[in-house]
Amino acid sequence: MNHLLPEYRHRAEEIVALYPRPRSATLPLCHLAQEQDGYLTADAMVEIAELTETTPAEVRGTASFYDLFHLEPVGTYVVGVCTNIACLLAGGLELLAHAERSLGVAVGETTAEGTFTLEECECLGDCEVAPCVQVNSRFVRTTTPDAFDSLIERLRTDVPDEIPRFGLLSRVRRSVGLMVPPEVVASERARLAAAASSDQATH
Amino acid sequence: MAKLDAPQIVTSRVGLDDGYTLSRYLTTGGYESLRKALGMTPAAVAEEVDAASLLGRGGAGFPAGRKWSMLKKDPVTYLVVNGDESEPATFKDRLLMERDPHQLVEGIVISAWALQVTRAFIFVRGEFALGLERVLTAVNDAYAHGALGRDIFGSGFSLDVVVHPGAGAYISGDETALLESLEGKRGFPRIKPPFYPAVIGLYGQPTVVNNVETLSNVPWIVANGGRAFAALGKGRSTGTRLFALSGRVRRPGVYELEMVHNTFRDLIYDPALGGGTTDDVAIKAVIPGGASSPWFGPDLLDVPLGQDEVTEHGSMLGSGSVIVLGTNDCSVRAAWRLTKFFQRESCGQCTPCREGAGWLERILHRIETGGGRIEDIDLLLDVCDNIAPGLSWPPQQTTICPLGPSIPQPIVSAISLCKDEFLAHVEHGGCTYG
Amino acid sequence: MADADGAPVSFTLDGRTVTGRPGEMVIAAAERAGTYIPRFCYHPRMAPVGVCRMCLVEIDSPRGATLQPACFVPVADGMGVVTTSDKVKKAQDGVLEFLLVNHPLDCPVCDKGGECPLQDQTLAHGPGDTRFLEEKRHFAKPIALSDLVLLDRERCIQCSRCTRFAAEVAGEAEIDFAGRGELVEVAVFPTEPFTSHFSGNTVQICPVGALTATPYRFTARPWDLDQVESTCTTCSVGCRVAVQSSADRITRLLGVDSEPINHGWLCDKGRFAYEATNGQEPDEPSLPLTSPRRRVTVPLVRRDGELVEVSWGVAIGAAADAIRRASASTPDGVGAIGGAALTNEAQYQWARLLKGVVRTDNVDAQLGDGLDPVLVAGLPRATIEDAASARTVLLMAGDLHDELPVLFLRLRQAAMAKSTVLVELAATSTRLSRSCHASLRVRPGDAPDVVDALLGDEEAARRLATNPEGASFDAVQLDRAREALSPDGEGVVVVVGRPNVAESGLVVEAAIRRLARALPRARFLVGLRRANVAGAIDLGLVPGLLPGRVRRDAARAWFEQRWGGAPTNDGRDAIAQLRALADGSQTCVVLLGCDPLADAVDPALAEAALVRASDVVVVTGHGGPALSHASVVLPASVAHERDGSTTNLEGRVLRLGQKLAAPGQAWPDTDIAAELIAALGGGDVETDVALLTDEIADACATHAGITTGVLRGADDGSVIGRGAAAPRGALDPMAFPGVQSPGLDGLRSPAGAVGLPVDPTATSGAPSALGTSDVLGVAESFATPPHDAYSLRLVAVRRLYDRGAAVEASPSLHALVETASLRANPYDLDRIGAPDGVDVRIRSSRTVAVLRAVADPSVIKGTVCIGLNLDAPGVADRVAARFIDPDQLVTEVRMESL
Repeated sequence: MNHLLPEYRHRAEEIVALYPRPRSATLPLCHLAQEQDGYLTADAMVEIAELTETTPAEVRGTASFYDLFHLEPVGTYVVGVCTNIACLLAGGLELLAHAERSLGVAVGETTAEGTFTLEECECLGDCEVAPCVQVNSRFVRTTTPDAFDSLIERLRTDVPDEIPRFGLLSRVRRSVGLMVPPEVVASERARLAAAASSDQATH
Repeated sequence: MAKLDAPQIVTSRVGLDDGYTLSRYLTTGGYESLRKALGMTPAAVAEEVDAASLLGRGGAGFPAGRKWSMLKKDPVTYLVVNGDESEPATFKDRLLMERDPHQLVEGIVISAWALQVTRAFIFVRGEFALGLERVLTAVNDAYAHGALGRDIFGSGFSLDVVVHPGAGAYISGDETALLESLEGKRGFPRIKPPFYPAVIGLYGQPTVVNNVETLSNVPWIVANGGRAFAALGKGRSTGTRLFALSGRVRRPGVYELEMVHNTFRDLIYDPALGGGTTDDVAIKAVIPGGASSPWFGPDLLDVPLGQDEVTEHGSMLGSGSVIVLGTNDCSVRAAWRLTKFFQRESCGQCTPCREGAGWLERILHRIETGGGRIEDIDLLLDVCDNIAPGLSWPPQQTTICPLGPSIPQPIVSAISLCKDEFLAHVEHGGCTYG
Repeated sequence: MADADGAPVSFTLDGRTVTGRPGEMVIAAAERAGTYIPRFCYHPRMAPVGVCRMCLVEIDSPRGATLQPACFVPVADGMGVVTTSDKVKKAQDGVLEFLLVNHPLDCPVCDKGGECPLQDQTLAHGPGDTRFLEEKRHFAKPIALSDLVLLDRERCIQCSRCTRFAAEVAGEAEIDFAGRGELVEVAVFPTEPFTSHFSGNTVQICPVGALTATPYRFTARPWDLDQVESTCTTCSVGCRVAVQSSADRITRLLGVDSEPINHGWLCDKGRFAYEATNGQEPDEPSLPLTSPRRRVTVPLVRRDGELVEVSWGVAIGAAADAIRRASASTPDGVGAIGGAALTNEAQYQWARLLKGVVRTDNVDAQLGDGLDPVLVAGLPRATIEDAASARTVLLMAGDLHDELPVLFLRLRQAAMAKSTVLVELAATSTRLSRSCHASLRVRPGDAPDVVDALLGDEEAARRLATNPEGASFDAVQLDRAREALSPDGEGVVVVVGRPNVAESGLVVEAAIRRLARALPRARFLVGLRRANVAGAIDLGLVPGLLPGRVRRDAARAWFEQRWGGAPTNDGRDAIAQLRALADGSQTCVVLLGCDPLADAVDPALAEAALVRASDVVVVTGHGGPALSHASVVLPASVAHERDGSTTNLEGRVLRLGQKLAAPGQAWPDTDIAAELIAALGGGDVETDVALLTDEIADACATHAGITTGVLRGADDGSVIGRGAAAPRGALDPMAFPGVQSPGLDGLRSPAGAVGLPVDPTATSGAPSALGTSDVLGVAESFATPPHDAYSLRLVAVRRLYDRGAAVEASPSLHALVETASLRANPYDLDRIGAPDGVDVRIRSSRTVAVLRAVADPSVIKGTVCIGLNLDAPGVADRVAARFIDPDQLVTEVRMESL
């Protein structure tokens, strides 16, 4: 029994087909599973292991290395406040402290009704608008406590177009499969499959 | 003052509202370089890039032409684009991916033609949702336009580009960790040897890994010739470079400047650029090339913005991010926060980095919050020495990848530039900056 | 694992000029040159990763001497290596300090304390006090990775030895790192425990106390342990082990690195089955005699229906009387079953009693689950090393992952290294299928036809490929398999066994004969599972053969001269003996360390046989159901209580080390058989085990030169007849924790291994062993059984953890035994309208049972697959065997939905 719904399963198989080796699809498939479930469930990881020809322990091991994958439920909106150097100089720590007070949760926690999860982030690369705040990997450019509060208020009451719920990383999907001649792809896969086991032995 | 007459090589469309669309791209000369390149031999294209002396823009500054020439002959080779920009206060690749993704795609197709690879991957940092969407859209549109896929522009050359979303781990930006990540594994940097992905890379196949900004330069180089590019800048640092300016400046942002002909002082103070420091505060230190670079004191503001020039003065141009600390900023706190960054982003493979970063972070936090002891300063330096023996520049290392020897840099810099602040923290039982 | 080819490399080590092997890492070359470089992540049997950074030394580079990990830099001519400089010392001390900052100070309660490389390093080189003022990392401790392995994350130093072992050596990444940076931890997936058959190896190679084994945990302190080197006798691979004990109980087995055999690895069954030797716990209430965990420690004789304790003299007398009574008119009235668990010396002694004194040939160490011993004896032989370095290995031996786990590791490793191509013939996928170049599906009864197809018979190929009950294979698989075989079998090793006990041995034997005839240069590795079945065949504990792999008639004169007698006709195998017992034509049976009720392919027949038998003489160290029928019970010593030797599936003779004295009045089998020989008038025979080894060397051409002296001198305790003693492989000093130099306390030094000449021509004139031509000459009468469209064929496969004696007697393993289920192709389940996971009824001419059905597309259509020796809850003990009629070539069953 698949955990991924038919549409997601279909997309998952399309994603696997883009890579010379199925394991490469691990990160995109974890994103896909989060898109379906809002976080990375154990059942999804079992299915991803099957799709990527790895073990569930390996999928979990890989996923847990990356900050964007959540193995426990998170809010509809994952709010990240950067406190790295450029934001630190611009009051990032103070904004984060404000966010904790404002949302009533500590860093890493989710609000009781499940709308917001607050995170302290490393540099998000929007240093000209410091301190930098992201919601679901989207820059919201709210650098002051007041702006932060109005954003939260809006997210509580509204369903904004520009910020999809957590898990949907890209609203744009790939429109085509691989286009280079199939025989080229096939010979590439055959070569890599032949090399696969010896490679596995070394790394 | 600043020399601002160089052409906008990679940022010509950044100011346009619709610079990211295919239609605007086509009306501003887009994909013409690709047509031109496809009319040249792959070797001729590679020669232009080599002649440009284009240094990699990711941080290590390795010449792109040489990297390409090292690609081992093999029936299966890859081009991997590093868009996992995560170095603190670096935000230039994001700009290029969000504002001019077709320029990147065009650079990729030209490079793939030159390298004769048929599969390229663009690794886009997971936190850049907009960048990811823009790059994906550009790739979709490029397929539809015939600039990607089978028989590109009727040339017979075929290329598939796969956009690969990252998932939040600084270390994946390391060339070999990026490949591990792309293979679906934890982003553990690979041990050397093998020294170069160009010999053993993705899936063990020869692979060229180039940075987003690096490849974004390629269309201009093909259009204008490598020599025109090399005529800009000076010495090994040719062309222009993007500098991400942040911290205590009036106008933080990304500026494309001709290499070497401008100095840190120009970048920070020119009214068209940084516009001076916030509240005209005096500069305490400048971090010249990302979190891993040793800091410059105010005495080094006139060092030119060039790769070798910065190296000669004991630091590195790195990823092109320039962070300005004012005299009102606490250097202990800055060093602590950068150390915390390394602690959180250490992959965990090598003992000195995994354990050392956390230990240093805890000591610095203790000093910052009032629990510091006078002997902690020597302890910090000695623990740093166990990660990067000798505390020299360029650093020696006890770890697999350069993240290890990066850890000591902010600490050693802060102590050597501002030891009095550390002493004051110990003496006053914590931070005096409020 | 350096490549031995090529000229040695000369380099400078701390100012001395030393030599290394080409490709060898600095750490290994330095160690052989006497310089130990500290390490945690490096393991000589796994690819280096260079992550712990403990082995940093100064090595020349174009940029001058730099700190580099000695485990990751191969030696090069003229290279300069410095391991003693201040810079090296500071770097290594720094790494050690980093490892300690978050390491808990719970050494006094840690199993590893006293044999911990981290503790030893710290003691030798560490600072006296800590500079770390902060709070250490905390985790809940310990957490169970499985029933056998516990993880204490606070102690873990993230060396990745365990995770690499799981992925790289065992090929199943059930554990992996999770998290990042200082929060990296070893983890299982929450719903999938670490069930690897090899999990115990991770405990052995863990350089700290992070991984501990539940059976050993808190049972002993390392300094109280006493150890001998020995050989594991849980299966026939013959892994070399160090057996450790404390207070007269075995506490632990560790794998010893033997280059030709186990490379240091053990399976969990071998590692933990020592619990059987210990028997019940001292404070445990007495167990019944029918319990396999009960140790039998006194002689017993049945009087008035009850087994009562008697003296050895009375018991020997009773056994001798029973044998005498039954053989009064003809020696055929007596027979013996079992003996595959005995030492070579005991097997020889029992063979002498039965064949030389009683003169019966009704002797069989196999219980209907083996192969024709005459055929096995005559096949051209291959070693494990031969298989692991062969061009092609053809597998016809069931799932080695369950049957012979460490052979599985060796073959998987060979396939991964691309040096060897695997071709598999099996009814269902095995754990090696993924590593196979070609995998052909074979239905029970079809193996000879599949071999024909493989050898080029297009008609057979067409028939099998278009079989309406299920195609055996497609053309692609057949082509791939064919291309892997050379025309004359050069470079081909065939691993054979009994992949399906529900199929007569005649089927595999016919397949073997066809292969051996068509591929004269192919060699065979006979993967029969029972520990010393190879010794039993070599030493005549099977019908038709006498010691030295010779036919009874050919060697009769030789043994009449040595023993004073020999059988005059070929005897019965185990199944035939059970039948003869059941019909009264044989009245006495001696059970040699085996229990047909628990271990024969036809338990119903065994029951009938033991009920009808006048006398059942049981020689055993353990209780078991057969004791209900025993007239005499002679208590014998068991594994780890015996000296002597054993023979593994290669035919390699391996030293056994005695660790414990047998409990109570139990004797070694060599003494029991000697007493019986004397009681039956056979005179005084040798009982000194060392001299018995020498006697075998003298009496058997196959064992010429394999004397006690040679065996004791053999560097890794093993000798193989047609070759030389193999040198011990690279040793992992941390495999024997607490020891920093390669010298092993209580174990022989690995240094100075020399080739050991064993000259087969230097014999006493013993008859030559059977050759290939002797066993292939016979005309073959095998006819493929016709298919019946209405029935399915049963495949009874072995599982590592089953209700066999070793597991039954080891509580830690007993918990791992699964219940029987039925695997079938979804097509066959669909035909009866049964979905995956429901109960179905299964019947044969013998019995009927209800089992849970599991759909498995890898099972060839027209068959059902059931694990042997497993129970179906509420239905039957050892359910698969109850379907089997050993007279039939194949076992036909019907499957119905409920």
